[in-house]
Amino acid sequence: MTQATHSNPSDAFNLTQALKDAGFAGMVTFGLCVPIVAFRAEQDMANKLVLQQRWWMALVITGLVVVARFLFSLHQHSRRNEHAQETSAGVTNALALIKPYLAPLGFGFITIYPLVMLAMHGPGGSIKWIDNFGIQILIYVMLGWGLNIVVGLAGLLDLGYVAFYAVGAYSYALIATKVIPQTFPFLGVWAFWICLPISGLLAALWGILLGFPVLRLRGDYLAIVTLAFGEIIRLVLINWVDFSNGYAGLSSIPRPSFFGIPFNASDTGFAAVFGLEFSPIYRTIFLYYVILVLSLMTAYVTLKLRRLPVGRAWEALREDEIACRSLGINTTITKLTAFAIGAMFGGFAGCFFAARQGFISPESFVFLESAQILAIVVLGGMGSLFGVVVASIALVGGIEILRELDFLKEVFGPTFDPSQYRMLVFGVAMVLMMLWKPRGLISTRDPSVIYKERKAISGSMVQEGHG
Amino acid sequence: MAIFIQQLINGLTLGSIYGLIAIGYTMVFGIIGMVNFAHGDVFMVSAFIALLLFLVATTLFGFGIVPALFLVLVLGMLITGLWNWTIERTAYRPLRGSFRLAPLISAIGMSILLSNLIQVIQGPRNKPVPPMFTQVLPLFEENGYTVGIGYKQIVIMVVTAVLLGLFWYIVQKTPLGRAQRACEQDQKMAALLGIDVDKTISLTFVLGAALAAVAGVMYIMYYGVINFSDGFVPGVKAFTAAVLGGIGSLPGAVIGGLLIGLIETMWSAYFSIDYKDVAAFSILAITLVFLPTGLLGRPEVEKV
Repeated sequence: MTQATHSNPSDAFNLTQALKDAGFAGMVTFGLCVPIVAFRAEQDMANKLVLQQRWWMALVITGLVVVARFLFSLHQHSRRNEHAQETSAGVTNALALIKPYLAPLGFGFITIYPLVMLAMHGPGGSIKWIDNFGIQILIYVMLGWGLNIVVGLAGLLDLGYVAFYAVGAYSYALIATKVIPQTFPFLGVWAFWICLPISGLLAALWGILLGFPVLRLRGDYLAIVTLAFGEIIRLVLINWVDFSNGYAGLSSIPRPSFFGIPFNASDTGFAAVFGLEFSPIYRTIFLYYVILVLSLMTAYVTLKLRRLPVGRAWEALREDEIACRSLGINTTITKLTAFAIGAMFGGFAGCFFAARQGFISPESFVFLESAQILAIVVLGGMGSLFGVVVASIALVGGIEILRELDFLKEVFGPTFDPSQYRMLVFGVAMVLMMLWKPRGLISTRDPSVIYKERKAISGSMVQEGHG
Repeated sequence: MAIFIQQLINGLTLGSIYGLIAIGYTMVFGIIGMVNFAHGDVFMVSAFIALLLFLVATTLFGFGIVPALFLVLVLGMLITGLWNWTIERTAYRPLRGSFRLAPLISAIGMSILLSNLIQVIQGPRNKPVPPMFTQVLPLFEENGYTVGIGYKQIVIMVVTAVLLGLFWYIVQKTPLGRAQRACEQDQKMAALLGIDVDKTISLTFVLGAALAAVAGVMYIMYYGVINFSDGFVPGVKAFTAAVLGGIGSLPGAVIGGLLIGLIETMWSAYFSIDYKDVAAFSILAITLVFLPTGLLGRPEVEKV
């Protein structure tokens, strides 16, 4: 109801219409609130449900919606009167001006980020900033870039990407805790570096296995089948207790070593070897650079692949499958390579995730994760590597920041728990961002083939992605 | 044999619930070609609405169980319809005609929003529903195993059958149904002939939600418990049912729902209850690979 448009653009503000709209929105909201907000069912001591009445809450929400709807009408009115075109053109020009410096600046910032944080917060306080913000966001950047190959370049909608993330994580966890100690115990410190390529290869293998039967499906059907596969893999991990230890998950997974030197307090540990005082921060910083290198590798491979015949075939396939077939492109092989390479990067990220956490369980690989990664790719503007970074910072960083809002407790009382609103805000943000920019944040991109000069292509010129 | 018949009854009951949800998926897909990902959560919201209305009717107004249920059914359908109308209006309509993935992402966001909204306003714990219609009608006995049909199973099947009949009448015989079928075939042409396409699409969402609300009432009656996260799995299973029956086909959705219900109960009874969801998801994958148009769907014509 907040999207009602006025068909006749008049200069005078139509107050009656705006009030009518606001009143209507309020009525609808109150109707929606009647049972679900105004009453709450709580268990009593005998585990029986008793009703609590909260009409004030329904009234407050209704009031807020009425005000919001009225302000929206005002906003629409003022936007019609000023020249919206010009301002947006001005913003675009400003963006174009700073664009050449954006990449090196951003790159420089992420390279020194952990050191800046270390300097600002000291070894104890900076772990949170490097781990929760830095590493967490970079994992999603890498997953986003990996999924971008499948969704953004090849145009195959994958709702079960988290399955490959899980394959990578469980491959590392099982090999490092069960296989290596039994066969080659002396390789224990190298476990992460040995398993990283293995995890990627296994994930790619699963990508091919799952992809082969379903790739002749198109569009939404493919999306739903990939969702089903993602759920099947998670359910098997939960139920096959002998293999994966079920819900309890796998713990004491070896952490990565500094190329053979473990991060511990022993005499052969990292701190002792380099003559530093022992602190867990070194491992966190090292992990940050590992995931940074891994994600940059993903971006590098994506950029290179786009210039190879297979990358060109992916983008052609996304635009028109029938034309591709008539030109003799083997669509099955082309789709499978996209699926396998995307899965491989998911596997690398999964291996890193298991090594960073030291503990994994099927809870980490629910559908919500897939949805979150897909949201990052789509919100970023599919096909745009830079867009994925912006979307990851906005979504993942935003969620992490919501954990930090303890000061709200002082406003709303001590029973108020901001973290329980985290996913609610995430859902609202996902819908609002789609409404605001359906084609993603970065909706132009450089073309793959250049004739004389580079020209940005508008997102609306292409089918699925951009460029 | 006795166990088989008992499972057949249980499966058909469960299948009725899936079939009711599946119609919402199949209608929306038929008319705007979109997988309404939030439909499972609309079903969950409707179950909460039903639970609260039932408590209000029985505790505040002192209704008996049967009149209370009737009231819950009618009001629940209306309020859930209003919810889905609002969702369509705010989250999907502005994206109509945008690129293909936008409404799907919006629907996924809406699904996250709905389940977490319920978690925030109704609390994260399971809500036990007061038991109703607990009697069982014994049918026959074999080797000491009594086959019976619960009164609530009878209620579920009868109500489902009646409402499906009513629904079939609406789609086949009323102007609204005609407009809806016309929009399904060709929206532009329908608009040229004076059909209000936006209104028809909105009403499709309302109808789908009303049937999901019936499923919600049946679900809390059958399982006796509801939780904010209970929308996802029944939603995916109902979608499986819609695909199995042939997406876009209304009788297909009902048949698909009954089949999924039967397969799930039979699998739990004869193989392993742990893997019942795996079985349902595998069927989805196998159907789409070998029978992409489903049982009653129209084959998709590829146009160049």
